[in-house]
Amino acid sequence: MPTATIENTEERLARLQETIDDLLKEAKRQGASAAEASVGSSSGLEVTVRLGEVETVEHTRDNGLGVTVYFGHRKGSASTSDLSPAAVRDAVQAACAIAQHTQEDRCAHLADPDLLATEVPDLDLCHPWAIEVEEAIQLAVACEDAARGFDPRIVNSEGASLSTGFGIHVAGNSNGFMGGYPTTRHSLNCAVIGQEADMMQRDYWWTTARAASDLDSARSVGERAAERTVSRLGGRRLGTCEAPVLFRAEVATGLLRSLVSAINGSSIYRRSSFLLDQVGERIFPDFVRIYEEPHLLRGLASAPYDGDGVATRPKDLVTEGVLQTYVLDAYSGCRLGLPTTGNAGGVRNLRIEMGDKDRQAMLRELGTGLLVTELMGHGVNAVTGDYSRGASGFWVENGEIQYPVEEITIAGNLKKMFAGLVAVGNDCDFPGSTRTGSWLIDRMTIAGE
Amino acid sequence: MTDPIAIARDSILAPAGLAESDLDRLLGTLTSASIDAADIYFQYSRLQSWVLEDGILKDGSFSIEQGAGLRAVSGEKTGFAYSDELHFPALAQAAEAARAIARSGQEARVQVGKAPMERRLYDPLNPIESLPDQDKVALLQRVDAEARRQDPRVREVVASLVAVQDTVMVLADDGTLAADVRPLVRMSVSVIAEDNGRREQGASGGGARADLGYFLLEDRALGFAREAVRLALTNLEAVDAPAGSMTVVLGAGWPGVLLHEAVGHGLEGDFNRKGSSAFAGRIGERVAAKGVTVVDDGTLPGRRGSLNMDDEGTPTQNTTLIEDGILRGYMQDKLNARLTGSKPTGNGRRESYAHLPMPRMTNTYMLAGERDPEEIIASVDKGLYAVNFGGGQVDITSGKFVFSASEAYIIEKGQLGRPVKGATLIGNGPDVLTRVSMIGNDLKLDEGVGTCGKEGQSVPVGVGQPTLKIDSLTVGGTSK
Repeated sequence: MPTATIENTEERLARLQETIDDLLKEAKRQGASAAEASVGSSSGLEVTVRLGEVETVEHTRDNGLGVTVYFGHRKGSASTSDLSPAAVRDAVQAACAIAQHTQEDRCAHLADPDLLATEVPDLDLCHPWAIEVEEAIQLAVACEDAARGFDPRIVNSEGASLSTGFGIHVAGNSNGFMGGYPTTRHSLNCAVIGQEADMMQRDYWWTTARAASDLDSARSVGERAAERTVSRLGGRRLGTCEAPVLFRAEVATGLLRSLVSAINGSSIYRRSSFLLDQVGERIFPDFVRIYEEPHLLRGLASAPYDGDGVATRPKDLVTEGVLQTYVLDAYSGCRLGLPTTGNAGGVRNLRIEMGDKDRQAMLRELGTGLLVTELMGHGVNAVTGDYSRGASGFWVENGEIQYPVEEITIAGNLKKMFAGLVAVGNDCDFPGSTRTGSWLIDRMTIAGE
Repeated sequence: MTDPIAIARDSILAPAGLAESDLDRLLGTLTSASIDAADIYFQYSRLQSWVLEDGILKDGSFSIEQGAGLRAVSGEKTGFAYSDELHFPALAQAAEAARAIARSGQEARVQVGKAPMERRLYDPLNPIESLPDQDKVALLQRVDAEARRQDPRVREVVASLVAVQDTVMVLADDGTLAADVRPLVRMSVSVIAEDNGRREQGASGGGARADLGYFLLEDRALGFAREAVRLALTNLEAVDAPAGSMTVVLGAGWPGVLLHEAVGHGLEGDFNRKGSSAFAGRIGERVAAKGVTVVDDGTLPGRRGSLNMDDEGTPTQNTTLIEDGILRGYMQDKLNARLTGSKPTGNGRRESYAHLPMPRMTNTYMLAGERDPEEIIASVDKGLYAVNFGGGQVDITSGKFVFSASEAYIIEKGQLGRPVKGATLIGNGPDVLTRVSMIGNDLKLDEGVGTCGKEGQSVPVGVGQPTLKIDSLTVGGTSK
């Protein structure tokens, strides 16, 4: 990490704010009635090792600016990786040229000034890591060594990599909003290959955090990657059947993401969601509470304001199984005749209230059925909720894992799967901004041999 | 000006005040005694996009990306740094960072060489300027009207148009000095049809390395609108897809995404050098039925996946991957070719200057066989006929792959039956092609919509195949 770039944070923040000012002034000068802009500057280091040797050392450095201009209710946007004054002028000009051709859209306007964030609370998101290349390599090697030494069936590796990044983003608009703050993010991951007979399996694990001190140890990441890889060896197929399915926590996040995407304002106003007109309706059993916590200290998805400059706020999306709200930005809110929910750019630090069962208890609750640990492909139809994806995992009988399974699909419909949620475990043990335990779904179709 | 090197000098080097001698010094900095290879990749990319929704042209954007990526390779080690500032001091700093991978050794002077590119698979044009902006808007409005005109059940129409000009220049210590000016256009149309409370989506589109006039030819743009509506209306009639292993007939063209996932990725040189692919070490072995020949061909004029040269300056080629069922070759970039004692195949690609190149596909397709497609369907007693697909994914180590059908029909006693809902198909790469029992005479390439993701990098690709019969493949539906 080039430490010099981190030391002048305040100064850089001020300089980027000046760029925003320049962008907004230039937009006004070129005749725009309103404008919003964002600029960012980031740098980082990523090292990858494989079989104990360095494979790549990458130094990253990115700049970018984006501007949207409004001429009444017509808009145009432009972006560039160049932050120079000439680029600022050109970008505004390009955005204005686009706005000559877009048409009147009554919802094309800035967010309501009353909702804009007026202060930027410190969410403790910036913890630079002054790690040298050599030290980064040693950590990645230690991680991979732990994986390779875990079991003699680990015969090969795709490597381990450590990355650290620092960035500053500033946003502003002509209604007086201006915000900016620095963030950091550090990650360590490892992927290894196991072999049994002539069949190979690969799996991985990772840790990621705002502060290096919050990362899991290199050893634990490597061992977890190896343990997952070895557990998949000897996978079989299943006969086609119907059975209850337990989604392990890290794959249950995908079901939460499908929910959020279905209640996203743009899916709703385009009528391309299986959850149209469901606010106030029961879409899950009554024990389910799903909420977001955008102000979590050190949260991986924490943000004081959204992409429109609107202050974010914690809220329930689902309470006692009932859908409370759509997820809206200023534009989709206007389209639906509702106020924005401060979700331009998405939901931040999504959570489901966890139950009281640990991993073993969830297996007992499953009884006989399928435990899914990995999903493949994109077979989710957001319009109908139809769900069909490639899967691998384990066959479970009477609460005991029997053998790994692979090359099967699981299929159903999300609406029925949500209604058929039997239990959520307290076994949340993966990194990331979304927190959930495993999900037990009452019944799905498994296709195999 | 039509010489790509002259265009690259003019649009990248000149504005940054970079002279030939500066490039020479940068390559000299990157190269030391213990460096096996070094290169510099300059890029200047412009993109313009337009989106029409609710019958109004509501959004447009323009972006410029420029920068340089500098790489130094020593054995299997790669040092890499990039900069979006193109003045000499920033690039010199990046060169120092990249070559730190091999600190020892003395500097070797490198003379920048020249390898003129003569190939012309597409013109070095700027598609953004190929049509006045008001005509782009009018084209999208006609597309919208055409879609809505088809059927009163059409409720929502979203149409978009994207034009890109990507100018790249590569200098390497092996004497490479090459440039390529790459146009790329793409149109997408997506509609929602609603009937009795049931809603379904249909999507279509296409693209090419051409100017925007491509969409005006042969009524192409309006054809996408009609196709999107046809798919949405078909889906309104769809019943639950079957579940289980069955005979699957894949249509010609885009279903070639099967080849991309099932065998393509597994034959990329990096995975095979590392021994992480289910196809590693299997050259010369049978991996497909007799009659199956699969190529990766970057030399097709105007195709979305085609390139005059790859991102390392190597001319693209037509590489035979599988010949009459026997595995013949892998796709290579310079690094993996050198480490495995083989030749680069023009498959070294990168998303941008800010990413490292690696072996990637271009246009991957299966050559035609001799069967009439109708004869193939007629030969199936009970099975699935799948003609349109969404994306796919593969685990190259276990060989398991999926791809998701978005338009499919039941086959019963040799006849096409009702459409069925989308379903994911899953199989095992190294053996799925051994179950190909009939190959159609109707080879078709896709419409130019494919984007492939690998290790976080996206690049445009093409796929294609004739109608194919696979004796057994698992279909992930819900009905017995």
